[in-house]
Amino acid sequence: MKVLVTVMPKAGVLDPQGKAIGHALAGLGFEGVGEVRAGKVIELELAESDPGRAKSAAEAMARKLLANTVIESFRVELA
Amino acid sequence: MQAGIVLFPGTNRERDMALALQRATGRRPAMLWHRDTALPPGTDLVVLPGGFSYGDYLRCGAMAAQSPIMRAVADFAGRGGHVLGVCNGFQMLTEAGLLPGALLRNATLRFLSMDCHMRVERADTPYTGRFQRGAVFRATMAHGDGNYFADEATLDRLEGEGLVALRYATPAGEVTAAANRNGSARNIAGILSPNLRVLGLMPHPENQVDPQIDGTDGLPLFESLAEALAAA
Repeated sequence: MKVLVTVMPKAGVLDPQGKAIGHALAGLGFEGVGEVRAGKVIELELAESDPGRAKSAAEAMARKLLANTVIESFRVELA
Repeated sequence: MQAGIVLFPGTNRERDMALALQRATGRRPAMLWHRDTALPPGTDLVVLPGGFSYGDYLRCGAMAAQSPIMRAVADFAGRGGHVLGVCNGFQMLTEAGLLPGALLRNATLRFLSMDCHMRVERADTPYTGRFQRGAVFRATMAHGDGNYFADEATLDRLEGEGLVALRYATPAGEVTAAANRNGSARNIAGILSPNLRVLGLMPHPENQVDPQIDGTDGLPLFESLAEALAAA
């Protein structure tokens, strides 16, 4: 079963990468782009076939390693 | 004093650290491997040196923080052992939860390879006993992710408990935004654990320990440790 873990910088945590992307988009002439935040997506192939258990396993992995909850939030979805 | 320096894949500052410790203590530190599950008996100080452990994959220090030896290092710190983390070592200490906060990408997004100055915020710690409070010393920074972050409550607690060891400052000791090249919260360059025995800092004091190679600004930090741990 495939699970996607999306890791994003928490609100209030400076995201210079997102800012730089925003500036670059403005420089390319794309208008109307507000705040840009950059995170990452981690795709996990799990042996688990029960959706609930797969999700809670991925959440445990995110808390322990995939995200640093001091600065990042995460979201787990079944792919 | 018997020090041990931990080597991870991608560590690259262990030799300079060993020279600095040897110069201050007269003893050669042990080199420890990340797969080790125990520290050598008699270890007084564990050093997590700079580098790019595990290629900085996922987050700087995140992989190293989960490696086998870090459990032994955490136990050692829990028993009151002294642990020094420099640069990537500081990142590991925060990732392992041995120090609060996190090191974010530098605010400028640039890798910073340059000298900086740090003001010594307290001189009554095992790492700063040879400095005067308010003294300023020069060190080299070489990092892409040195922007110290913690939430306001944590920052207030660190300040209130006197756990901010070092702040980025001008050579005259003024804590200014211009002196804070990586954008760290409240100019924080180094923080201590509540028992003052774990220190993490981004700049490299081990770069300046030899009068013939860029001076000895960093040497007092290692001499302080040697003095504090001499009885051990």
